[in-house]
Parts: sequence; C-alpha cells; structure tokens
Amino acid sequence: MEIHKEKIILMHQYLDGEIDKIKEMELFTHIEKCEACRNHFEELTQSISMIQSAENIQAPSGFTNNVMRKLPKEKKRIKYKRWFQTHPILTAAAIFFILMLSGVFSQWNQDNELVVSKQEDLIVQGDTVIVPEDVVVDEDLVIQNGDLLVMGVVDGDVTIINGKLINEKSINGKLMASAGEVNGELQIVDRVFEWLWFQVKTLFKNVFAFSAG
Amino acid sequence: MEQLIREKIKRVKKGDQAAYSMIVDFYQDRIYQHCFRMLGNKHEAEDIAQEAFIRAYINIDSFDENRKFSTWLYRIATNLTIDRIRKRKPDYYLDAEIKGAEGLTMYSQLSSNDPLPSEEVESSELNHYIHQEISELPPKYRSIIILRYLEEFSLQEIASILDIPIGTVKTRIHRGREALRKRLRHV
Ligand SMILES: [Zn+2]
Repeated sequence: MEIHKEKIILMHQYLDGEIDKIKEMELFTHIEKCEACRNHFEELTQSISMIQSAENIQAPSGFTNNVMRKLPKEKKRIKYKRWFQTHPILTAAAIFFILMLSGVFSQWNQDNELVVSKQEDLIVQGDTVIVPEDVVVDEDLVIQNGDLLVMGVVDGDVTIINGKLINEKSINGKLMASAGEVNGELQIVDRVFEWLWFQVKTLFKNVFAFSAG
Repeated sequence: MEQLIREKIKRVKKGDQAAYSMIVDFYQDRIYQHCFRMLGNKHEAEDIAQEAFIRAYINIDSFDENRKFSTWLYRIATNLTIDRIRKRKPDYYLDAEIKGAEGLTMYSQLSSNDPLPSEEVESSELNHYIHQEISELPPKYRSIIILRYLEEFSLQEIASILDIPIGTVKTRIHRGREALRKRLRHV
C-alpha cells in the first residue's frame, strides 16, 4: 500500500510538471504493471480534462456600465482639473480672452473711483461705504476702491476690492464705530493678482454652475 | 495589451474615472466567469464581480504598478467570493437558492436565453454538471482548481493571487485534484 501512496505523490508532481526524468520513469514503469495506480492516474487526468471542457461564459450585457454607474462619484475638482490639464492652452487662452472681453484689465488700470454694488440704504462718505445701524443688507455686497464700515448687518457675502474693512470713522466730528456684523463670507482683495484671481474664480464658478445645472 | 492597461491605471490613479471603463471592459468576462465558477450561480456572480471592480477602483492607489494588475484583480475577486461563501447558511444549496430568487434553477438560467438544438443541450447539461461539481469542492480547493485548470494560471501566479506560499499551493492542488477525482470518476 505504501508503495502506491508514493506513486500517487509522484503522479501529482508529474501533473504539476515538477518531476525529474528518473522519477518519471519510475512512475510510468509502475503504472504499467499496477492496475490500481493506472486507474488512479487515469481518473486524475480524465477529471482534469473533463473540467477543462467547461464552456466559457460571458459577463451579462451592460456589465461595464453597471460598474461605472456604481463607482463613487469623481470629485468635481478632479474633473475640472483634468479638463484644465488636457486643454492647458485652451484654458489659458479662454481665461485671457474672457478677461479682455469683460474689460477687466482696463478696469483695474483706469478705475480708481469708488464702486458699490448697491447704493440704497447705504451711506457713502468720501471713499468709505457705511452700512447704517438700522440697515440689513440681504444681498452680496461688492465694494471697489473703497473701505467698508458695517454698523448694521450684511447677510450676504462681502467683497472689498482695493480697500479694507474698517472699525471706526469720524464723520462730521462724530465717531462712528463698527458694531454690525457680516453673516456671509468676507473677502478682501487688495492686490492686482488676488483681484484677478477673484475675477477668474467668479467667472468659473458661474460657468460651472451653469454647465452643472 | 498589458502596456495599455498600465497606462489606463496611471490615468485612473490621477483621478480619471472614465479610463477605468476600458479596464472593466477588458477583464469583465474573466472576472465574472471566475466568480460564477466559485459561487455556482449567476446572480451572485454578477453581484460579486461588480463589487470586485468597485473595490479595485476604490483601492487603486494601493496597487503596485510593478505587479500584474490581473493578479491583483483576481485576488480581490477571490477573497470576495470566499467571504460570500462563508456568509451562506450551512444548508445552502445551489438549486434552493436560485429557486428562491427567481424560480429558476441554474441549469434553466444557463439555457433559458435561447432554445438549443439537442446536442447543444447535452453539452450544456455536461457543462452544468461540471460547474456544479466544481462549486461543491471545499472553497480552498475550489479556488485553486479553477485558477489552475480553468483559468490556466501558473502555480507561482496562484500563490500571489491567493497570497499563500507556493508549498501550500502545491499541497492544496494535490488534495483538490484528489477531491475532484472522487467526484468525477464515475461519470
Ligand atoms: Zn500501484
């Protein structure tokens, strides 16, 4: 019995292609004269060739689409980044062209005048815009070339370009102090580069909001 | 092909999700078939094969590009099928499970798409029989027998797919062949 067990180990070595010539000879010499081992060997090779006859099957139709749909959403940032990366010149040209069209460059150069996105209810004193105590501004406020003093409330975002948020100001000898609040985001842009970046960001925010909607 | 896959993987790693669809396309039949052979039914196979591709995508950063992608993908798929088998109830039967789900046996699912001429029915019956016998092998032998004889990986590749020493692969394939022989010798 032991001798057959040894031969069975050799059979498996043979099937894995891990047998040397001498052992192989030994195995087949034994198989020729031993019926039990011959049957065992045939059963092994036949069961292997039988499972190898199994047909190939294909993934159901729409498999790839189903996988792609279930993938976690690609971050938008990456999508835009990819677009910029794949079209760098186009992106640069587009930004430049749009800035030219919208007169952004010339605006910065010539315009030192105070510009406020909203006039009513606000007090303009020299180059300072004041949100009075009893006023609530519920929209975004953009001030260019001027300072802002908030005594009332601004619920929207505040952007100050080439100016600053001040805490107090003396008007007609009376000291006005900032006691109000800005509930939106406050952005102060006081350099050309930052200002340009602000313009580009705003532009792209709008473009993408548009294309996403 | 291997080179093209490598390039796609680099792009996926950079966040290009669309590049992944070509990878899924390329491996879908092999991975689905592997899952089907491990699990023995189409419904679970589709589920797990999809899960394997999703896991691979999520973990793509941990894939070492110096290694073979197919090996890594098979490893994920094999682990998922083994997990699924473990979670099954002990009295799980092939026919019972499918009857519950769709009122179809695996055989009728296999052949339900279009009526087959009689000799093809015979080959399909044999095919069904073979798959059933394979799916009744203990999972640790099953995976090795499938990888070796149906998917034709080398012993070394199987060792890296299953993350076990090559000596263990040899022992298991030896026992797997014996288990298969006992099942199929009277056919
Ligand atoms: Zn013998």
